[in-house]
Amino acid sequence: MKNDWLFAPGHGMCAGCAAPIIVKHILAISGENTIVVNATGCLEVATTEYPRTAWRIPWVHVAFENAAAVASGIEAAMKKQGEKANIICFGGDGGTADIGMQALSGMVERGHNVLYVMYDNEAYMNTGIQRSGATPYGAWTTTSEVGMVNPIGNIRPKKPVAEIMVAHRAAYVATVNIAFLRDFKRKVEKAFSIDGPRFLHAISTCPTGWRSDPSKGIEIIKLATETGLFPLWESEHGEDIKITYKPKFLPIEEYLKTQGRFRHLLKQPEYIERIKEDLKAWWRRHGVEI
Amino acid sequence: MKTMLRGNEAVAYAFKLAKINVFPMFPITPSTLVPEMISKFVANGELDAEFIPLDSEHSAISAAIGASLKGARVGTATASQGLALMHEILFIASGMRLPIVMGIGNRALSAPINIWCDHQDTMAERDAGWLQFYAESNQEGLDLILMAFKISEDKRVLLPSMVGLDAFVLTHTMEPVDIPEQDQVDEFLGEFKARYRTLDTKNPATFGAFGSPRHYMEFRYAQHLAMERAKHVIDEVFKEFGEKFGRNYSKINEEFTEDADIVFITMGSCTGTAREFIKMKRKEGKKIGLIKITVFRPFPKDEIRKALKGKKVVAVIDRNFSPGFGGAVYGEVLATMYGETETKIIDFIVGLGGRDITFQTFEKVLEIAEKSLEGEVEKINWIEVDKEAVEKEEMK
Ligand SMILES: Cc1ncc(C[n+]2csc(CCOP(=O)(O)OP(=O)(O)O)c2C)c(N)n1
Ligand code: SF4
Ligand SMILES: [Mg+2]
Repeated sequence: MKNDWLFAPGHGMCAGCAAPIIVKHILAISGENTIVVNATGCLEVATTEYPRTAWRIPWVHVAFENAAAVASGIEAAMKKQGEKANIICFGGDGGTADIGMQALSGMVERGHNVLYVMYDNEAYMNTGIQRSGATPYGAWTTTSEVGMVNPIGNIRPKKPVAEIMVAHRAAYVATVNIAFLRDFKRKVEKAFSIDGPRFLHAISTCPTGWRSDPSKGIEIIKLATETGLFPLWESEHGEDIKITYKPKFLPIEEYLKTQGRFRHLLKQPEYIERIKEDLKAWWRRHGVEI
Repeated sequence: MKTMLRGNEAVAYAFKLAKINVFPMFPITPSTLVPEMISKFVANGELDAEFIPLDSEHSAISAAIGASLKGARVGTATASQGLALMHEILFIASGMRLPIVMGIGNRALSAPINIWCDHQDTMAERDAGWLQFYAESNQEGLDLILMAFKISEDKRVLLPSMVGLDAFVLTHTMEPVDIPEQDQVDEFLGEFKARYRTLDTKNPATFGAFGSPRHYMEFRYAQHLAMERAKHVIDEVFKEFGEKFGRNYSKINEEFTEDADIVFITMGSCTGTAREFIKMKRKEGKKIGLIKITVFRPFPKDEIRKALKGKKVVAVIDRNFSPGFGGAVYGEVLATMYGETETKIIDFIVGLGGRDITFQTFEKVLEIAEKSLEGEVEKINWIEVDKEAVEKEEMK
């Protein structure tokens, strides 16, 4: 059978990793007239070991924190050359929410015509599961260890990167979940139909770092949305966000128990309550009582 | 016709004459006037380029890579802390073999924060794989930027270049500069065409791939070869420039060296002061010569070895300092002269953080250099520094 995905199989990402699925569906919509800038991270490292590559479109990696700045330069050169193509940045949560935040903020503020996609596996996975600003409250990582003194793990809530992009009045901002393929595709198509800086936040299962069953990659992120923990929404030009999917609001334990990184929490309901409080507050702010 | 220009203006005119396509920037003293002028050129239509005011120098050099890889001619300018912030990305620009050209207003590094001249910023980047040129005057600054494009873009080289102009002494000081005619520059540089693979949707390629131990070293070796070839390309381009514009350049510039016992080695604007000092001393019958280093990377080993052969004393004027060793230029000259046992090489750390380099400075240098003819002297000499004050403070 001919494989004509623009993101080719045979790369080195782990079994059950959601990132390659996200990427190949986005490229399928974007088409051949696309240039990709990839921040350092799992996706970059595992797909381009010289002399092989999984990318059938022009692709460049420069460093960890500057994908948005590199894309800004590419877009400027294209303007000068009078060319048109989709420019997509792929960055992990670390490369986006932490070390790349400044470059991203600048790119959006300056209005470059680029789609930035954060594939969010909620930690620095490539370097071995260290916490990032996007690691959720209560998650174990190798730099938010769980012990006698700290029974919680990561003690800070997740940085709301997509909302920060709304505050930048980016042309289009949406959260996407590959487990909801119709919503996912519609938003990606919409993103490509709008000019200006656009941002997609895609939740991305990491069986290795989440300590989860590799065969349940999609089910797990489906639960992230169905519990309300990863709400699906969109916003244009800084307008209030619009919820695009009403979750079933399953008990969050359904989600937490699928992953070893939350195992310690299940024995400590007081911390799970705290997550529930935050969850309720978020949905209340957006007009939904749970 | 000559026009009075500050060094920064000379650099900006050079970028305009080179018809750069993209200018990513972030302001920093003393080079800020360069982007300000480019902004004006673009705003009033004198230069058809994309001007990108980025969020940092790190982003500016990153955008430069993106634009260059998309097939644009790219220039930018920075200094000191800005260059240091670019550090990580400088190696990637050269590793990706992109002919970006950057003007530098050579300035000291913090701490203490200081905006004045020394060469610490570019010296700290000497291993970054960029060609390095140092201007003595604003004219040289303009000419070297133009030549840097031609050298960097040569298929045999494909490495980025930085051109240093001393902070304030050049960047902010008016000098008469001959601005070449546009058609002459067009003829010299030719229409820009990327002589390397670019981000092209018709011809997709992967750039910045992951290089395992099986392949990494070959990429580095290729960079080594390119630097070696650059030595020859620089000579070619300097010659062509001389023929076309009547101003002659060489990697090192030798003056009064034939009969000299003592040779001063300088870089940048203090060369002028050294030249006048040496002329004065030669009138007194002292046999002193002068070598100005214009190209620091690739380091002109052969030329320096030849020029210093048989000299008794070499006084290296270092406007930088590598703690735990000494001056960087001294280190390079020392290595270059390995085996030439009759030549004494002495280091002089001068003019850090904008301290003036005057005749008095060179008097002290000469005094030590002459003393070395008779006996041993210190290898590393800090000139015009209040040692007593420092020692007193350290004792506390
Ligand atoms: C300046 C810099 N600091 C640190 C690193 C090491 N590093 C490489 S990838 C990475 C983590 C990537 O995390 P993320 O962006 O979330 O992507 P993931 O690997 O999780 O997909 C780190 C810390 C680096 N390459 N560059
Ligand atoms: S470590 Fe996680 S993010 Fe990285 S490839 Fe494996 S599953 Fe994917
Ligand atoms: Mg991550």
